[in-house]
Formats: sequence, C-alpha cells, structure tokens
Amino acid sequence: MNTSKETLPDKKGHFGQFGGRFVPETLMPAVLELEDAYEKAKNDPVFKREMAGYLKDYVGRETPLTFAKRLTEAFGGPKIYLKREDLNHTGAHKINNALGQALLTQRMGKKKVVAETGAGQHGVATATVCALLDLECIIFMGKEDVRRQKLNVFRMELLGAEVVSVDQGEGTLKDAVNEALRYWVANVEDTHYIIGSVVGPHPFPKMVRDFQSVIGDETREQFDALEHRLPDAIVACVGGGSNAMGMFAPFVNEASVKLYGAEAAGKGIDTGKHAATLTAGKVGVLHGMMSYLLQDESGQITEPYSISAGLDYPGIGPEHSYLKDTNRVTYEGITDQEALDGLQLLSRKEGIIPALETAHAITYAQKIAQTMDADQSLIICLSGRGDKDVETVRERLGGQVNG
Amino acid sequence: MGKKTLDQAFEKTLEKGDKIFVPYIMAGDGGIDALPERIQFLEEAGATALELGIPFSDPVADGPTIQAAGLRALEEKVTLKKVLDKLKVTKKDRTIPIILMTYMNPICAYGIEAFAKESVASGVDGLIIPDLPMEEEERITDHLTENKVALIRLAALTSPIDRLKTIAEKTEGFLYAVTVKGTTGAQVEFQKEVGDYISRVKDLTTKPVLAGFGVSTPEHVRQLSEYGDGVVVGSEIVTCFHENRRDKITELIDASKRLPVN
Repeated sequence: MNTSKETLPDKKGHFGQFGGRFVPETLMPAVLELEDAYEKAKNDPVFKREMAGYLKDYVGRETPLTFAKRLTEAFGGPKIYLKREDLNHTGAHKINNALGQALLTQRMGKKKVVAETGAGQHGVATATVCALLDLECIIFMGKEDVRRQKLNVFRMELLGAEVVSVDQGEGTLKDAVNEALRYWVANVEDTHYIIGSVVGPHPFPKMVRDFQSVIGDETREQFDALEHRLPDAIVACVGGGSNAMGMFAPFVNEASVKLYGAEAAGKGIDTGKHAATLTAGKVGVLHGMMSYLLQDESGQITEPYSISAGLDYPGIGPEHSYLKDTNRVTYEGITDQEALDGLQLLSRKEGIIPALETAHAITYAQKIAQTMDADQSLIICLSGRGDKDVETVRERLGGQVNG
Repeated sequence: MGKKTLDQAFEKTLEKGDKIFVPYIMAGDGGIDALPERIQFLEEAGATALELGIPFSDPVADGPTIQAAGLRALEEKVTLKKVLDKLKVTKKDRTIPIILMTYMNPICAYGIEAFAKESVASGVDGLIIPDLPMEEEERITDHLTENKVALIRLAALTSPIDRLKTIAEKTEGFLYAVTVKGTTGAQVEFQKEVGDYISRVKDLTTKPVLAGFGVSTPEHVRQLSEYGDGVVVGSEIVTCFHENRRDKITELIDASKRLPVN
C-alpha cells in the first residue's frame, strides 16, 4: 500500500520544515533510544503479533464501519459511514497509541510511565494499559482540568495511577505537557513518556500516527469490501490530531480521496477564544516540535479555548501543518455551538452520543456533504463516545432538550 | 564583539588564577528598566560574563524559581525585542560580555535572520538555546556564523561519549556542562558522578567548561569549579535579586576568585 508513512518524516523527523527534535540535550539520548527501539519493534513479527493480539482481544478491534442511514438522509448528499472508534475499550481511539507505547516501554526494559492528559481520555487509556502490563504510572493534569474532570481523575486512580495536579501556568493541557516533560527530563533513565497525540519531538509524531493508522487501514479494507473502491471524502476532528492522522495516513497518497480536518473554533475565530491552530496560528517551536502554534507577537504561547477539552491545545501535530501547507488536507474551524448541534443530530439520528471532540467532525461533514452527490461516500472518524461530556452538554443546553 | 569578546574575558579570568563565574538573570524581572543597573552591579561584583534569560511562557528546561521569574517578567510585558532594544541603548555603559538564554520560539517569532542581526547590533556576544540540540541547530547556525555570535552548546549527564565529543568540538565560547538530570533550580548536593563527568568533558575540549544547573552555594561554586573552569549560577542569583539580598550574590562571585596568597 502506498501510504505517506513510507516517505515522511525524513530521518530527522521533518515533515518539510515542521517536526524535528527541539528538546534539551538531557532528553536527546532517550529520544534517540526510543526511535531505535520503535524502528526495531515495528518490523519485529513478535511485537506485531503481540500488538495485534491485544488490539483484538483487549481493545476489541476491529471496530465497525457503520453505514449511517438516517444521517445520510438528513444530510441529503453522499452516503455517510462512521468509523466506530467509540467502541474501543475506554471509549476512544486513544488506547491504540497508549497500548503500542506501553508495549514499547516493556521492550526498552523500563518500568515507569509518565503521561499528560487534558480531559482525561489519554490519561485513562494510559492508566488502563499500565494496569494491564504492570507498569508504574504517573499522570500530569492541569489544576483546572482536575477540577473539571473529577470523574476521570478518580478513574485513573482506580486503575492504580498517580495523578499529579499541575499549578503552573493556567493549569491546563499545555502546562501538563510541560510538567510531564520536566518529569521525564529528571527521570529519563527508567521512565518512558507516553505522549497522547501526534505531537512532541521525533519520533513521537510518526510513532503515534503509525499506532493510530490501524484506524485508516481497517477503514480502507472495510470500505473496499462494501463498495469495492476508495471513499470520496474523509472527515476527522483535530486537536493534537492523532485520530485524524491515523485515519488519513493510508489515504494521503490517494489523490482522489478528499481529506478534511475540523478544528475547534470555540466561540468564533474573531473572539480570540478558540483552539484553531491551523486557521489562526503561526509557525514556531513548542513541546519539542516545529509546527503551527497559537501565540502572540513576541512568541508567547496563548491559552486556547474550546468547549471540548480534547481539542484545547495551542499546538498541532507537525504532519498536519505540513498537510495544510501542501494543501493536501483542508482544515476548517467549527464553533462550540455548531459542535453541540452536531452532537445532538448524531444522537437523535443514529442513537450514538459522540464525544464533543468528534461532534466537530460531524458538523463539518454536514457542510461538506452539501457539496457532494448521492453516488459518493463520506466517512466520518467517530473518534470517541460522549459519556464523558454529558454533564457539560447538559449545562450548555439547559432546558432546551427537556421540552 | 561576539566570540572574541567572550574568549578574551574567559582567558583574562583564568590567567589571573580565578575561575569563571557567569550569573544568570531573567531579563525584565523587576521591570525592563531595572536591567542596566543589575548588569552593572554584576559587572562590578566581578562576574566574568552575564547570562540573560528571555522570558517564555513554556520554559521546559527550567524549574520553579526561573519559571516564576519568567512569569514576573511577562507580567511586565517584557519581550525579546524590548530586551534587545534596552541592550542596544545601554551598550556603551558596559564591558561585561552578554550571553542571551532563550528558547527557540521567541526567536522564531522575531524571525531568525532578523534576530541574528539585531543581537549583534545590541552587543550580544553569545547565545544559549536550551531546546535546540545539535540535530536542529542548522536552523540558526548559518545566520550566526555570519554575525559571529557564539553558540554555546550544552552537554548533559545522559549524553553518551560520542555525542559529548561532537558537542565539545562544536561549542563556541564555552561548553555548558549541565550537572543535574532535571531542570534548573537549587540543589542540596550533587551526585558523585558529577565530578567525573565534568573532568571527562574537560578532556574533550580546549574551550572552558562551565558547570551549571543547581549551583546555589559558595561551597558548590568552589567544589564544581575545581573540576572545570567555573560555573553558571541561575536560580540562586534570581532569588537574591528578587529578595534584594545582594550581599549573597557577592559571596557567590567571591567564591570563584583565587584565594589571596599570604
């Protein structure tokens, strides 16, 4: 199969000008060790078998590609299919990557894992696989997120992880990443950092994409079995961008497949309260990578905003920056309100409550569908289920639904 | 100017039998207007060169003390541009070499080429970029060589010998030997391996080797200078300025001077 992962990134981890390894020297040996361990593991039949075994028997893959009949009718355009990552163990795509990296941690002979989490989904997935594989687990989470996501904090603790509340900065995801990086610098010899998205220094963006590519690989086969061809368009939401990258990777070199990424436009790009990095960001360096970033004129990173905590990140995976600049993928901002509409639409038409992150992709798909014909097909990456967001949604909708 | 100025300052200090002492301060902690006076104080107190930190919102190599100083500077709306401007207008008032310590992003926002040019105009002699390992340094070295500002490389306790060799070969001005596995900030004591590590690094280069990260007492200054050519002291200097205990800064600097022979 001709996919982008065979060509990019280059040896230094560059996607064009993006990516790279912008980390303190103390971390460089660990980053190089990880690259080496990953390159060996991914071609090792033992590792591949082990990974495939857990994905099938523990995570519950493969996930279905569901034809969404009523959503198709509602959109009035192409056939709509949903790739059901919400049906994975722990309820989202995050576990594909957490599992891969945890197995790699074992291979490197390390017994401890550090991770960051925003809303808690990656933290829960990491705590889960650490319990499964008997790894010590410490999760950094911004103070503000700890307050907003009490239930997920308790979940992680039930799973045996230690959750550390981060007071620095604004107490959100980027500060949690900073603290996780600082912890890794200080404990690098016996600890692996399971980063939760296609971000960070090389080889993370590539490795996380590869672990998530199971989404796109399955989709391609499933769609081919159903329709005997390639889909016409694919939509996914992007925060850091891991579900999107995993979905896009096997299709990037198929020019006939249009790819779309939905960013969080929050209260609107003009208000400044958003997390639309590719729409409104500038190129810079954060968390070990060069990419588009939300920042002020002097290069200070600004605090993003979105109703969805999983999209609330001031950076974006470097490969997305590259795909934007090369015009391979079209990215557009979807506001909080539009996402809430999308969430309700999918709930009522298909009996699936999506995560708020995913809801951005639903609404974007609705817009794209208007430009497509009935004989075409559009796939939405249903990256996660919405149980975690029910409380937020209830608060926002107030009495609207009760009538 | 630039590399030459740094080399001469270090040479002069070592010739006297003293050790090199490079204090770190966060530019704009206490307001940008406090900067020239602090530089002058450190120059008069006998510092060899000055490391000047540029505030950044996400300083992953720094511990709590310097993070807090950075936040104070950001509250004062201090930017890389304001620091360069201030250095430029006060250029004639100082003789102490200036080394900027900045993360990559403020440089990217400024524009790499413009930054290299403007640093020279402002009398900057050296540059430390903690999130720029040698794998990525080409992004900046072309512009710097042209302008003769020294790019000071960092060596880490975790760097294997072949990396140390390359870093030692490439460094300009001095070699910054990071003495802790962790971020900046006061340490109670150093791991035993630190002395061996500094000596090992020292054997790899003809450039001065300075130990930094965690150096916080006159005892540390003496102890770590013994293996190499001197020290960089950050968090403790930042704390002393913030709490206005300048006598302690003098004590730290004095610990790098040769003991008078009776």
